[in-house]
Amino acid sequence: MPTKHLLKIENLHHSFGEEEVLKGISFSLDKGETKVIVGPSGTGKSTILNNIIRLVPPKKGKIYLEDTEITASKKINKIRQQIGFVFQDFGLFNHLTAKGNIMIGLTKVKKMNKKEAEELAFFELDRVGLKEYADSYPSQLSGGQKQRVGIARALAMQPKLILFDEPTSSLDPELTGEVLKVMRNLAEDGMTMLVVTHEMGFARSVADELIFMEAGNIVEQGDPEKLFTEPEHQRTREFLFQLTDLYGAGEN
Amino acid sequence: MNKLELIQEALPYLLEGTWITVQLTFWSLLIGIVVGLPVAFAQVYGNKLVQGIVAVYERLARSIPLLVMLLLLNYGLPMLGFRIPVFRAAVVGIGLRSAAYQSQIYRGAIQSVGGSQMKAALSLGMSKMRAFFHIIAPQAIRIAIPPVANESAIVLKDTSLAFTIGVVELLRQGEYFIATSNEPMVIYLTIAAIYFILTTIVNGGLSLFEKKYQIPGIGIEGGHSDAY
Repeated sequence: MPTKHLLKIENLHHSFGEEEVLKGISFSLDKGETKVIVGPSGTGKSTILNNIIRLVPPKKGKIYLEDTEITASKKINKIRQQIGFVFQDFGLFNHLTAKGNIMIGLTKVKKMNKKEAEELAFFELDRVGLKEYADSYPSQLSGGQKQRVGIARALAMQPKLILFDEPTSSLDPELTGEVLKVMRNLAEDGMTMLVVTHEMGFARSVADELIFMEAGNIVEQGDPEKLFTEPEHQRTREFLFQLTDLYGAGEN
Repeated sequence: MNKLELIQEALPYLLEGTWITVQLTFWSLLIGIVVGLPVAFAQVYGNKLVQGIVAVYERLARSIPLLVMLLLLNYGLPMLGFRIPVFRAAVVGIGLRSAAYQSQIYRGAIQSVGGSQMKAALSLGMSKMRAFFHIIAPQAIRIAIPPVANESAIVLKDTSLAFTIGVVELLRQGEYFIATSNEPMVIYLTIAAIYFILTTIVNGGLSLFEKKYQIPGIGIEGGHSDAY
């Protein structure tokens, strides 16, 4: 069924061997929206993101990008160009500079000429505050800087939406702030984002909608303020407050 | 005849042998690359069956002493109706053994680049093939250079075993000369010096290459990672 949503997920199932990690997930994302998925570890949050760009092929269910079903589309490389992905462990190419990391997708996949690609790389590096690190190699950057390069790389492809898979989970606490700030700016600029994170402060203040998942199901979804203050399920309250205690309500 | 004159007289013969040694090394290493790379790919990207087959080859090639392998190729095969010239027999034996070791080097290098970079490349819309050539290979090559230099030096030295099946390489030429001059010490020392110079050249060449293409964070030397 064609939809007017930018991304729509219908009854998504996934299992690793015997273990069912997604038991029928449905939600949609409109243009310009930021949705945050939270939930305990091992509830399949990252699997959803990996299913969408088929780094892990989904077992059952349907995924639509705008009005096209992409669940098993043969043009997967074309689809991946339209959906940015930011990895927990950055996934930077270690033999390329910050600039090179951004340019390679543009020149080798989008066939952009080198000069244009370089200009765009500088533009996106500037956007994440790393213009002066254009010639640094990943090993010369801090974790927070690496992740910002990762975001710039996704942005440069000019995707329709960006998926963030726990983008700050492998960072030291003092480095998460710089990454979250970049993500907040993107949300304000109208980028469509689907974010898996444990950062409650970010979820509460940036998300248009919060999705709370547990054991492969969506327990509750809706306005973050409502989920934090008067959730319908006791479990939602317990989880959100536990995380807020752990990570703090603010954004560092 | 004093020692220096002896060396002088022996040198043209030894250099003739050296040239054969260099050729043996070159062809053996080439077989090592040509066979070793696909074996590495099979191990990393192949299915269970392919992985099983190459695992058996690798196990065999790394378990049989090179000398035994050379004797089998030279004296065993003719009994089955295959006779190959000694030079080729030596190259096949040394090359196939080196391929097994080289495949380990390449496999390790490819795997050490890591799955997350492959995933990132795919996420940009690259095909697996492109991702391999643009992302994995440039790093794997850099990581593989030091162990390949090491393996090259080993192959170079092991070509001396070819003398047992009658290849007239450096050591064999020396033997001939010792038979007529009865000066084993001087000749063997000269031969040792030639091997020393050759291995130094091989290692030096590859380390120059390594330095020229060095990138911070890749390989052993570049491994400075700050405590971030």
